[in-house]
Amino acid sequence: MADLRVLVLAGGISHERDVSLKSGRRVADALTDAGISAEIREPDGDFIGHLMATRPDLVWSTLHGAVGEDGSIQDLLQLSGTPFVGSDSAGARLAWSKPVAKVLVSRNGLATPASITLPRSSFKEMNAESVLAMVGTQLTFPIIVKPAKSGSAQGLTKVSEPKAFAKAMVDAFAYGDQVLVESFIAGTELAISVIDTGNGPEALPAVEIVPESGQFGYSERYTPGQTDYYVPARLPHQVLDQAAEIALVAHKALGLRHLSRVDLIVDESGKIWFLEANVTPGMTETSLLPQAVIASGNELSETYAALARSVAKA
Amino acid sequence: MTKTRAGGVTNFDAWKHAYAARAENLAVSEVRALFSVVSRPEVVSLAGGMPDVAALDVNLIDKAYASLMANRRNYALQYGGGQGDLRLREQIQEIMALEGIHGSVDDITVTTGSQHALELISDLFLDQGDVVLVEAPSYVGAVGIFRHKEAQIEHVFTDHDGISPEALEETAERLLSEGKRIKILYLVPNFANPSGVTLTAERRIQVLEICKRYGILIVEDNPYGQLYFDQKPPKAMRSLDEENIVYLGSFSKILSPGLRVGYVLAPPAIREKLVLANESAILSPASFAQMLVSEYLSVADWQQQIESFRQLYKAKRDAAMQAVEQYLPKVATTRPAGGFFLWLTLPEGLNSKEMLPLAVTELVAYTPGTAFYGDGRGQENIRVCFSHPTADNVKVGIERLSRVVNQQIELIETFGKVD
Repeated sequence: MADLRVLVLAGGISHERDVSLKSGRRVADALTDAGISAEIREPDGDFIGHLMATRPDLVWSTLHGAVGEDGSIQDLLQLSGTPFVGSDSAGARLAWSKPVAKVLVSRNGLATPASITLPRSSFKEMNAESVLAMVGTQLTFPIIVKPAKSGSAQGLTKVSEPKAFAKAMVDAFAYGDQVLVESFIAGTELAISVIDTGNGPEALPAVEIVPESGQFGYSERYTPGQTDYYVPARLPHQVLDQAAEIALVAHKALGLRHLSRVDLIVDESGKIWFLEANVTPGMTETSLLPQAVIASGNELSETYAALARSVAKA
Repeated sequence: MTKTRAGGVTNFDAWKHAYAARAENLAVSEVRALFSVVSRPEVVSLAGGMPDVAALDVNLIDKAYASLMANRRNYALQYGGGQGDLRLREQIQEIMALEGIHGSVDDITVTTGSQHALELISDLFLDQGDVVLVEAPSYVGAVGIFRHKEAQIEHVFTDHDGISPEALEETAERLLSEGKRIKILYLVPNFANPSGVTLTAERRIQVLEICKRYGILIVEDNPYGQLYFDQKPPKAMRSLDEENIVYLGSFSKILSPGLRVGYVLAPPAIREKLVLANESAILSPASFAQMLVSEYLSVADWQQQIESFRQLYKAKRDAAMQAVEQYLPKVATTRPAGGFFLWLTLPEGLNSKEMLPLAVTELVAYTPGTAFYGDGRGQENIRVCFSHPTADNVKVGIERLSRVVNQQIELIETFGKVD
């Protein structure tokens, strides 16, 4: 008989629903393989009632997007008194807002690309053309334009010339009311997953991302074969050690717990830049955290089970 | 799970080097992922072209099922012939007669939905680079097949009376002068998907004449012909000519798409190849589904059922038109006389694909116009499918859509027209 009953929360109404459902099924399968009972549920009208009636040992949320990462679901789970995998609401809120996360990690000594956060309201009040022109004088093209609160690279555009700036802003504003405009840093893209199965946060091997198209967009993330991943990354050991340390600093600075994924860029000089942290990393068949777990020499099922047991025991 | 090659590189597709070139276009898309939300009941979906199967009298299906199990069970559970069940083909003959078509039972092939028939026809006729002429806009499922066959898709100007014969002739001339091989004209003449427009009787004759002159095979796809609201549409093009038209029909819209039963009526030489191609692909169409359809046609008053669908969809069309008028005064729409769809044209500068994330936030889904073109056009269009939600939800969905449109108008006004 299973020693733990886990409720895996997946789906939700968000732009990343599809990814969330895939992540949820992968987590549930891995837990089942480890002998843990896993049930997948949607955060729908029946969810709270079901949670309180069945009282699972813990909840593992793979809800991506605002519904799962802005701190709200964490608040509800805290209120229900149910243990859950992942950051608490405070940590989730800090990481979910990319501009806030950048401020916090930079105060902890990490480098992050120069950026400007632009709310939609500022464009309503001021002349958009002059705002964009001013941004253009502060940041050198190419720049990255992305929603300040979103995931899976949805609404993200690399803008190489000023004339493409406005369109990128319109695309990003379709995903939210704030847009982050960031200097583009050329270099090696790394994802470092952090996991804590009860012995303190540990950085897993860095995954180097080499998308065929040059940009790690939605299609490159979720179409098998469109991106090459190198694990461990093809960088000197001292750089990888430093990157791992930076990921842990970011994880702690944002008050994250259990698991996170920190995205970094290593530029040509070897300098490491923090881009963002994710409190609900993707767990799909092409996602980065599962790759890092396997590269660390562990089985997914064993690792996820260890995490679940550690959360239930805490 | 992980496919790691030498050097520690993983790309999750160990067979990447081995795919056929035509598989290159098959990639996940952000737009497709956004459609995942339509399965949530909070979201009003104006996206998928789905019939309202809840309006189907379930007793009729129960009756058909009981009759099938009592009388033909062992046949229904067995393989069948590649051309399809003979009794069903006889019944299809009767259904086609309603469209003015007189064809031999021997020339009918049953397929797994008419989509499968289109796949088989495309496989028989299209080599890489061959031209397929289609309406502007055209059915997304057809565009997908033609693209997968690496055909060149050419949209021909289409207005409220359907495809323009003058534009068709000009397009044919131009392409032939460029040395192109035009193989097929694909049409949905009645209440077209996605535009909702119907090809006039006069134009049907002209289009047929032009295609005969240029040696272009017409593929006439008619899933909606029986779902007219007031007046019957003109007779099928196939009723005018037996040699130059392949006719596709379907039970998906008048009975159930879950059964996946469609059919194709083709001239004997083409039919011969179709049957062989059908056998090669699937051995035989599903016996169980075919025979259930056949029993339904035998035991149910199916014409009365279609009449009730007409009334239902007409009421939904009216609700949709009223809501567009009320909530989207700056948006132009077609007014379909049957079928499932409105085709909206947004104010200048708006992009229906870019608006889709906003729509998810507003709990409404639609299909961006770009899906219905093979050349990137359609950004300013939206297909609204009114057939599946209740009439009240159609109105709710269009009201939500108006919020999305207004937000996008505000963005465009802020940033100017962006390309």
